[in-house]
Amino acid sequence: MSVRAAVVVFPGSNCDQDNVRSWKAVTGLEAELVWHKETSIPDYDLVIVPGGFSFGDYLRCGAIARFSPVMSEIVRLAKRGNLILGICNGFQILTEAGLLPGALNRNKNLKYLCLDVNLRVENARTAFTRDYSQGQVIRIPISHGEGGYSLRPAELRALNDSGRVVFRYCAPDGSVSPGDAPNGSLDNVAGIVSEGGNVLGMMPHPERLAEDELGGTDGRALFTSILRALNGGA
Amino acid sequence: MKFKANVKVMLKPSVLDPQGATLERALKSMGHDNVSSIRVGKLIELVLESPDAEGATKAANDWADRLLANPNMENYSLTLEPLK
Repeated sequence: MSVRAAVVVFPGSNCDQDNVRSWKAVTGLEAELVWHKETSIPDYDLVIVPGGFSFGDYLRCGAIARFSPVMSEIVRLAKRGNLILGICNGFQILTEAGLLPGALNRNKNLKYLCLDVNLRVENARTAFTRDYSQGQVIRIPISHGEGGYSLRPAELRALNDSGRVVFRYCAPDGSVSPGDAPNGSLDNVAGIVSEGGNVLGMMPHPERLAEDELGGTDGRALFTSILRALNGGA
Repeated sequence: MKFKANVKVMLKPSVLDPQGATLERALKSMGHDNVSSIRVGKLIELVLESPDAEGATKAANDWADRLLANPNMENYSLTLEPLK
């Protein structure tokens, strides 16, 4: 099967090319850029909603982008079970669009944070994480001003109980305490999947550490996982 | 008829408001120890046309629900007045 991947571009996206590059560097496959005005797109196996500042982050991060024409196509593909990956602003857009629960809040220290963080892989059985091992600690950069994950307590409990929290901010030894979430995320949530498991949103940027030249390769397994899942690998 | 709507959007009480906390610290550092519970929100003003107040209220609520506020973390309140 030939895997078709796309990266959506909104006005203000700035990680679109990084994702195209990393996807190709890791898998050898091309990803097409799709402009946000598209009203009909092919049934891409993978759609990446990249980071950036769509529509200048006006009103709330992702609040305007979710009404772009392409979003109804992304919802259509999500319902079909195709893989959707939202990174950073992409995660914010997917929550605004209702494809993922919760919201991303102003960082607790009010600062824009650009640094490498440690993440613990909380669920290595998803289509996005099967090439990581359960409980593995990886180093991935964050770059955001609004990344504090928030969700009503009962829903957060349900998310935790059903294995839908995929990545958590942690200490280098893998232990998790509130101080390890630099943005103030509830329960240190860094990434979650949809109920169907085919939509992943995460604040950290795996595409920024997927090649040796970039100083680390902990992001690679996300892309190899996706490829293996799409090729029918267990 | 034209109406002017004010939509006041506030973070829910359960959501941490780092901006409010920072302002509170700033006021306290100015010596105002009698301040507490600062929350920072947004005020969105808009003018809309509708045959009557009922329709205008319905429209403004709909816009607030769908776009102006995020029900996951924000509450809003709406006031509406006819424009002369």
